[in-house]
Amino acid sequence: MSRGALLGWRLAVAAILIALWHIAANTTLFGDPKTVRFFFSTPGDVAARVWNFFATGSIWKHLWITLQETVLAFVIGSAAGILIGFAFAMAPRVAAVFDPYLKMANALPRVVLAPIFMLWFGLGVWSKVALGFTLVFFIVFFNVYQGVKETSPVILANARMLGMNGWQLFRHVYWPSAMSWMFSSLHSSVGFALVGAVVGEYLGAAAGLGYLIHEAEGVFDVTGVFAGMFVLAVFVILIDQIVTFAENRLLVWRPEAAQRQ
Amino acid sequence: MELAGVGVAFGAGQNAFRAVGRVDLAVAPHEFVAIVGPTGCGKSTLLNVVAGLLAPVEGEARVFGRPVRGVTREAGYLFQQDALMPWKTALDNVAVALEVGGVARAAALARARDWLARVGLSGFEARYPHQLSGGQKKRVALAQMLIRDPKILLMDEPFGPLDAQTRALMGDVLLDLWSADRKAVLFVTHDLEEAIALADRVVVMSAGPAARLVSQHVVDLPRPRDANEVRLEPRFHALQKAIWEDLRAEVLKTYGRAS
Repeated sequence: MSRGALLGWRLAVAAILIALWHIAANTTLFGDPKTVRFFFSTPGDVAARVWNFFATGSIWKHLWITLQETVLAFVIGSAAGILIGFAFAMAPRVAAVFDPYLKMANALPRVVLAPIFMLWFGLGVWSKVALGFTLVFFIVFFNVYQGVKETSPVILANARMLGMNGWQLFRHVYWPSAMSWMFSSLHSSVGFALVGAVVGEYLGAAAGLGYLIHEAEGVFDVTGVFAGMFVLAVFVILIDQIVTFAENRLLVWRPEAAQRQ
Repeated sequence: MELAGVGVAFGAGQNAFRAVGRVDLAVAPHEFVAIVGPTGCGKSTLLNVVAGLLAPVEGEARVFGRPVRGVTREAGYLFQQDALMPWKTALDNVAVALEVGGVARAAALARARDWLARVGLSGFEARYPHQLSGGQKKRVALAQMLIRDPKILLMDEPFGPLDAQTRALMGDVLLDLWSADRKAVLFVTHDLEEAIALADRVVVMSAGPAARLVSQHVVDLPRPRDANEVRLEPRFHALQKAIWEDLRAEVLKTYGRAS
């Protein structure tokens, strides 16, 4: 399929879905339009609300808060994951001791931690960062740990024959090897940072996209819920695009990354 | 350049498995020695002991009269598998060998560029290993090894994974570079023709476990040699026949044990 045809088909799918939605909300074809409007709102109302978000500028505050929480959770979670990942890979005995506890912590559904974090860090940004951290940390940790352990023994032997000492081995061999593993999970770790932020906001906050959706839901404002979801979806796609861009720049040496460009 | 003798006298083993029996082998300065033997006889193990990557259970390896402890700094090692760092370009892979020794980056890059040209890879500096063919990767590895100017060279079936034509070509590249200063070389291969074409002396190793040296043959073909054309000479065939007699018995032993 050519690029143009593909785009055409994609637009057609969106047009048909929106048209069906519109018909259901304005005619009696699928039942009482009042009921449909109560549960699904109408495409026109949702579009108007989204327009209103940006026209009044009320959305920027929420976007900014959610972005802040996502970035902080990602950066802090990754830093901790890298640090502990390296430490454990270099000290297998310590890793063996902590192994069951890490598995236990990772097995826990993170949502149950949200109330505790609210209690500890308050309703502000940091309780959401903490929730995102618990999600990001394990992804990065396991990948870095694996990356260091799976460093090719031949590359390592060769590096040692080239006269590399401990620090140089770390810089030229272990670090890039671990980073390649970490970057391969970049999409999921950034995604989870966002999930932590939004879920945290949803459960209790004073600002953010999750808060916005939760507020609308509280007063049966379905239009507000759908408009919030739409903004959230576009926000996630934008962030994902940035990650893809970063990934292609950082992993040019990888055969798969090069092919994607 | 002054090269003292490389004295190797050791036995190596892993767990209860005795890979290599007692092996005595000395490589003189400027001498190119090839070790041939059936698969799994422990040829590579010998190299790793000389390189200091593996400690022998018995005896010791000596380089320039000093026993090997830790990694042998004077040695360059060419591996059978891909050992280039995939996250570095060809140029960086070669330059890093100097940089870790304390050479400034600009100087290291300039010399690395020069070395890539010497192995025939001008214009490939910015390529990553996955963008290079098997033969090109070996050339980069060769430059990476030689740029440090190691005093002895250890090669573990370096051209084994390559196709026949590329292998013959790489043999020539190697002989060319080697003839400049004739460092002592210990070259492991399972390819008898390659061994005779390149080496001054071919050592036949017995089938493992507890492999030992079976026989030695001096290759009295004149140098400089062309690694391809030398194969057509009658003396080459005579040598090949003589060495194959020894080697065949060992190869058959390996097969006999397997079946």
